Amino acid sequence: MIGRTARPGSVTAWALSGTAWLVYAFFYAPIVLLVLFSFSDDRNVGRWGGFTLSWYEQFIDHSQLQNSLWVSIRVALLSTVISVVLGTLAALALERFRFRGQRVFDALLYLPIIIPDVTMAVMMLLFFSEGIRIAELLFGLDLTKGFTTITISHIAFNISFVSVVVRARLSGMNEQLEEAALDLYANRWRSFRYVTLPQIAPGIAGGALLALTLSLDDVVVTQFASGPGSTTLPVFVFGMIRRGVTPLINAVSVIMLAASIVLVILSLATQRLRTGETGRTLGARMRRRSGR
Amino acid sequence: MPSAVPAVGLHQITKRFGDVIAVDSVDLEIADGEFFALLGPSGCGKTTTLRLIAGLEFPTTGSLRIFGDEVGTLPPNRRPVNTVFQNYALFPHMTAEENVAFGLRMRKIPKAEVEPRVRDAIALVHMEGMEQRRPDQLSGGQQQRVALARALVNSPKVLLLDEPLGALDLKLREAMQLELKALQREVGITFVFVTHDQGEALAMSDRIGVMDGGRLLQVGAPEEIYARPTNRFVADFIGQANLLDGMVTGPDRVTLTNGVTIAAPSDIQPGGRVTVSLRPEQAFLHRQGGAPEHHASVDGQVEQVTYLGNALIYRVSFQWMHIDVREENRPGGASVGAGDDVTVSWEPSSVAVVQD
Repeated sequence: MIGRTARPGSVTAWALSGTAWLVYAFFYAPIVLLVLFSFSDDRNVGRWGGFTLSWYEQFIDHSQLQNSLWVSIRVALLSTVISVVLGTLAALALERFRFRGQRVFDALLYLPIIIPDVTMAVMMLLFFSEGIRIAELLFGLDLTKGFTTITISHIAFNISFVSVVVRARLSGMNEQLEEAALDLYANRWRSFRYVTLPQIAPGIAGGALLALTLSLDDVVVTQFASGPGSTTLPVFVFGMIRRGVTPLINAVSVIMLAASIVLVILSLATQRLRTGETGRTLGARMRRRSGR
Repeated sequence: MPSAVPAVGLHQITKRFGDVIAVDSVDLEIADGEFFALLGPSGCGKTTTLRLIAGLEFPTTGSLRIFGDEVGTLPPNRRPVNTVFQNYALFPHMTAEENVAFGLRMRKIPKAEVEPRVRDAIALVHMEGMEQRRPDQLSGGQQQRVALARALVNSPKVLLLDEPLGALDLKLREAMQLELKALQREVGITFVFVTHDQGEALAMSDRIGVMDGGRLLQVGAPEEIYARPTNRFVADFIGQANLLDGMVTGPDRVTLTNGVTIAAPSDIQPGGRVTVSLRPEQAFLHRQGGAPEHHASVDGQVEQVTYLGNALIYRVSFQWMHIDVREENRPGGASVGAGDDVTVSWEPSSVAVVQD
């Protein structure tokens, strides 16, 4: 692209396209290496020992890895469903209604996007340990950290992301459409069901896929919210690295990478659906995502 | 047969938004089968009045009846009216046909009945063959037609139109004016039409209500509003007018603030401060002293001549006031130029005297 727009043959054109290739190499060389060495038949990462699929076989046989993958998927799905419903409701409340404390609610809703992961994680840790203690004292419940606490913490940050995406879509929607529906004998629910929902559906789908990706990727918050019994795949992998790196890690990483890429592409595709105008909000969102 | 009960009746309707009074104690009755225009500058309360009738806003005080039934607090989906919105507000995710069918579907009309009604409505606005297009595949004029069909298919008792021609270009707007008028005659439904374009209101409506600052200033037939404005705003807003300030000094006599006394019939008591409104095309230009006997006249000097192509505007100053005279650009017209001494004359009955 850069090479084409500049005048052919000029030094500038060469320098520009050279820079572009350098940047791409910087981005993708590690990924290429990662993928490459996941097929290497040598215990040491970084030494090529011939082609093998044994690391992928090990992954399939590794019950703890399998277990944490299963936890990851369940947490991701559950937290996505709940945060999509709550996030969409929050977006609707902020865009379509006026209520007391709206500005405060608006500011607070963005907080999980802004505050650092570690802060969020420590908050969750305190919240859960206190919560578990209170639950034990008051109700005699014997709770431990694990699946539930991870899911709750993921819902907590995902609501913000979903509502940001859905709000962008809602604010781009002509409010008069809802009035037209009311004028054409729809009640409030049917106006939402047949007019508002189809209009914001790409936003909701995009928000859902974003939530799914964020949940699958998260390490920091999850680490503080998970217990000894169950943990998610990224956290488990993080623990494995501390005990020594084998190409098994590479294989796991490749699988996670592939899953993430598929989700991001789906997210982009659904956002583009029916409108070409969401590019701007998308860019802003991707920047925010990479900040996490 | 048109009903004797007014299609729309507003009685002392007021709408406040916080401290702002958008509509200020409006009384208005719109007859069955009438093409009624609410005319005024932006922010005058005309759109709010329309939204009150539609049910998209609720009145703060007052009574609102549609064919005798009090509807002031009913939501829009329970009123026998439909709206053509300013930018049509067609549902972008539905085809033209689905848009038109929406109201019937929401009312759970049986499918067998929906189909012919949708077909008829689309035929009524000459949109056959476009049924499967989405709004973004239609031109502005076509979207307008779909919006009309979407409203009319429900056989509303009153059709509300919010600046329906505002988004169209001039040529199309003029064509749609005629078509809309013909359509109204064909379906026989009461149309209430909001516009800021006085030409549009004059051309299309049976009656016009002129609004300003939330108040309904004058209601009447287009000829009446144009020829007999009852206040300064209406005289100024509708068409062009020379507005001359003065005081009634005798029967049918007004002394202007520059000291010139002119003949201007009115039933306002002497001493009343008034504005005399004289339309430029109702005034005639003569060489000084050449005014007809029965005309009222003033002597003055041509200050400026503006060429409009089809007409000429002569600005005649007398003392420090001036009167614009419009003459059609016909062969053999007055050949006067700037600086010439002239007499401006008019039929005494062609001026409107309004109290300030």
